[in-house]
Amino acid sequence: MEGYKDLLTLGKKQFHSRLIVGTGKYPTFEVMREAIERSGAEIVTVAVRRVDLGARGKGSLLDYIDPGRYTLLPNTAGCYTAEEAVTTALLAREAGLSDFVKLEVIGDPRTLFPDVVGLIEATVRLVKEGFTVLPYTNDDPITAKKLEDAGATCVMPLAAPIGSGLGIRNPYNIRIILEQARVPVIVDAGVGTASDAAIAMELGCDGVLMNTAIAGAKDPIAMAEAMKLAVRAGRLAFQAGRISKKLYAAASSPAEGKIDIE
Amino acid sequence: MQVRINGKPQEVREGLSIAALLQELGVETRYAAVALNGEVVRRAEHPAVIVKEGDRIEIVHAVTGGA
Repeated sequence: MEGYKDLLTLGKKQFHSRLIVGTGKYPTFEVMREAIERSGAEIVTVAVRRVDLGARGKGSLLDYIDPGRYTLLPNTAGCYTAEEAVTTALLAREAGLSDFVKLEVIGDPRTLFPDVVGLIEATVRLVKEGFTVLPYTNDDPITAKKLEDAGATCVMPLAAPIGSGLGIRNPYNIRIILEQARVPVIVDAGVGTASDAAIAMELGCDGVLMNTAIAGAKDPIAMAEAMKLAVRAGRLAFQAGRISKKLYAAASSPAEGKIDIE
Repeated sequence: MQVRINGKPQEVREGLSIAALLQELGVETRYAAVALNGEVVRRAEHPAVIVKEGDRIEIVHAVTGGA
């Protein structure tokens, strides 16, 4: 595999790593920085919020995540309308973070499932504004298709609700999305542990995006490395092509040439 | 005159530009952005845009988050 390049292309950029990580929920900035380093991720999601005007001089996120080294992926988390999401993305770009956007238009605070109508509308508007749009969506093949048609750079179906750690609840829908997509498919949200990430990649997904599974682990730095290896292992297994499943055994040692002790 | 900055009422001098306001507030502007009454103000326009009575000003930056 030496010299072999298996790059993920998103917008005008190419990436070696297929793991995208968030920056939320870490116990400290130092643990976050170390975990992200260990994950091998090249794309890092951030949120966009009001500056705390009473907290001058406190450390800020970008003291720990070098925007020159990582591709920042600002999200529109917490936005419940296309309007809010579009304005948030415009602010993120104006702040000099990125013209990439992890587009979220949330439909309900309890499930954090996307409002797909608002999501498609916001995608259309942000594509027109020149953004590289990475939309967080349902595991719904029809919506995935519509997002692609609207100009989304990739589609990011959830595996399970954000932060739930339930793993891939509907691998069959993910497979249908993969079959029809002409853009990269990145599983976003719901991964709980390394095997979940590996399964997503074995299905043929182009990448996995996660935050809580790493940040919420007892040892986030070790889990970051586990996720890096799982994504890599899953990708290799997908490319290698798994064997088909059989109900009965199929010996892998020859039936001939056995000793006779009768 | 009174304006709202990040949701809170605040007294500011008249004739202040966005750029001057950010400086007075001590905001690290390198990775920050401003919306004035719901519209994004381009960075290049910060010195030219003057804050007016009753304006709603949002000053944002990157914070930790995933989804």
